[in-house]
Amino acid sequence: MSDALFEYALRMGDNCLILGHRVSEWCGHSPVLEEDIALANTALDLIGQTQLWLGLAGEIEGKGRSADDLAFLRDARAFRNLLLVERPNVDFAHTLVREVLFDVWHFHTLGALKGSSDARVAAIAEKALKEVSYHLQRSADLTVRLGDGTQESHDKMQAALNALWPYVGEMFLQDEVDAELADSGVGPALGVVKPLWDGDMRRLLDQATLKWPDISHVQKGGKDGVHTEALGYVLADMQFLQRAYPGAKW
Amino acid sequence: MSKEWPLWEVFIRGQHGLSHRHVGSLHAPDAAMAVHHARDVYTRRNEGVSIWVVEAKHITASAPGEKGPLFEPSNSKVYRHPTFYDIPEEVGHM
Amino acid sequence: MYAQLVKTDADRVKSIDEMDPQERTFQQRIDDNQKIEPKDWMPEGYRKTLVRQIGQHAHSEIVGQLPEGNWITRAPTLERKAILLAKVQDEAGHGLYLYCAAETLGISRDKMMDQLHAGKSKYSSIFNYPTLTWADIGAVGWLVDGAAIMNQVQLQRCSYGPYSRAMVRICKEESFHQRQGYDIMMKLCQGTPEQKEMAQDALNRWWWPSLMMFGPPDADSVHSAQSMAWKIKQATNDDLRQRFVDQTVPQAEYLGLKVPDPDVKWNEEKGGYDYGEVDWDEFYEVLKGNGPCNAERMHDRVKAWEDGAWVREGLVAHADKMAARAAATPVAAE
Repeated sequence: MSDALFEYALRMGDNCLILGHRVSEWCGHSPVLEEDIALANTALDLIGQTQLWLGLAGEIEGKGRSADDLAFLRDARAFRNLLLVERPNVDFAHTLVREVLFDVWHFHTLGALKGSSDARVAAIAEKALKEVSYHLQRSADLTVRLGDGTQESHDKMQAALNALWPYVGEMFLQDEVDAELADSGVGPALGVVKPLWDGDMRRLLDQATLKWPDISHVQKGGKDGVHTEALGYVLADMQFLQRAYPGAKW
Repeated sequence: MSKEWPLWEVFIRGQHGLSHRHVGSLHAPDAAMAVHHARDVYTRRNEGVSIWVVEAKHITASAPGEKGPLFEPSNSKVYRHPTFYDIPEEVGHM
Repeated sequence: MYAQLVKTDADRVKSIDEMDPQERTFQQRIDDNQKIEPKDWMPEGYRKTLVRQIGQHAHSEIVGQLPEGNWITRAPTLERKAILLAKVQDEAGHGLYLYCAAETLGISRDKMMDQLHAGKSKYSSIFNYPTLTWADIGAVGWLVDGAAIMNQVQLQRCSYGPYSRAMVRICKEESFHQRQGYDIMMKLCQGTPEQKEMAQDALNRWWWPSLMMFGPPDADSVHSAQSMAWKIKQATNDDLRQRFVDQTVPQAEYLGLKVPDPDVKWNEEKGGYDYGEVDWDEFYEVLKGNGPCNAERMHDRVKAWEDGAWVREGLVAHADKMAARAAATPVAAE
């Protein structure tokens, strides 16, 4: 049970860490000042959630590793985030679509975790859910606006949706970690998030005049530490100082 | 050049039940986005519990040249202020 | 400073007797420390000077996001990452407040952006220097934000209401910026020898450019005199620079770092530090566009603006569609 929860906390924490990293790459480069500030707020929330989840992971592991140790001193194969969140920003459409695909999943997952039988998990979920509700409000709203904006914005959104769709399936693949936590009431019941996600996404894409992509193949591996090439570069960037100056305090 | 986003004035009510107060401006394509932007721009430090936005062009302001007639007449109505009245100390707080 | 070498269009400062009645009333209001508000009458020169100054100031905030933003993805701990991101986000916010203040003078934000991108409007020379190591993030917070605050504190009393109010808000928010920079420097100076060396190296590279931020000596400048008569500016460049040196030298000593100027020496008589001559040739070169990072900074800003065009347009198109589709539904105020 503690192994499974360690693994699960890493998955949640790594999702936040890597997505937060990606979103923070926009700082200073966004389409408009108001959006620059809003994106930074999202990234800040995600970094905060990373500290909570990885802090919990370290605590459960009991080997004295801090959230920072886990973030900055693991190699790519030990990262447990979904492939979706490590996909590069590419353009604003890819960034937004990645966000909304993840936010809907994140929202319902945290909603389920709020009722976790583990008080620590429930507490993190409760705090994170407030933040993620706003992320979702924003990303869903922008998706509708840009999907149903100009022809150009519509086309870019559809292209991004098609490009990222293969990474959706991984969110709903469940393994023995998920099963064990579902059994003990620590994690969400198996299969509970997907129908919620499907329903929300159908309505959203409909409103945004975007087409549900006709793509069924699934790219997976993140939950087991088999990532896309993109993650290595994220880590090279993120971990540079900790690697170049081992043991230094900052 | 494309159409510029209109300017909005932002009013925030703080934690302690005071009235909404003008805090600044921002740009947004419509009212709903202006509220989102106001949340992101003007409540980063836990400043508010309620937001109003109004498009700047809809605000009617008093004319600067009218300052005298508009505001000076109230200067002489000193009896509207509590300090105008001398109440003996024995009466207690009033 | 964030606005360096702001021209006023004046060839000399008029005396009160030479002014026409409107100008005289205006000047008297300024002398009485009354704020000038957007709809008040103002001399064209006052308006233009403010547009230039606030515009430069705003541009500096958003170009200033770039050298620090550089290190957000490489910050060494989660907490440092959050602090730096929050700080650089604040710069975007400050740019936003300042553009809005300038807009009250009748220029649009998009127009100011166009002027920046066309190279017609300047931003502070300081942001054309590179951030090469993590210590640079400490040095920028400590020195660059320190210099900025020194200037901005007096701008809170600027005669133009919207600028003054924006500065009040900005100063309040910026109070943590310099501290976080110094905090980074302290950690480095208490760290390994390599870290301390990194800190000294950053101070060496940022010291002189920070002194240049205040602009060349302007005690004899007609623009400066005019700006001071209008109370757009309240202190000369050299006064502010002196205050900055006096404040910063002891802070460097506390860190155990050496300011890279052999001429820095306490002068009992003036009650301040003497310091060496700033290389103004370098300053003018950077201002002309020949600093180490001018081209990159401009490229990044232009690219962000151009790449974002479809987003801004898409959002407008949607808002227009919705407005056309739906009869206006009044939103009840809470």
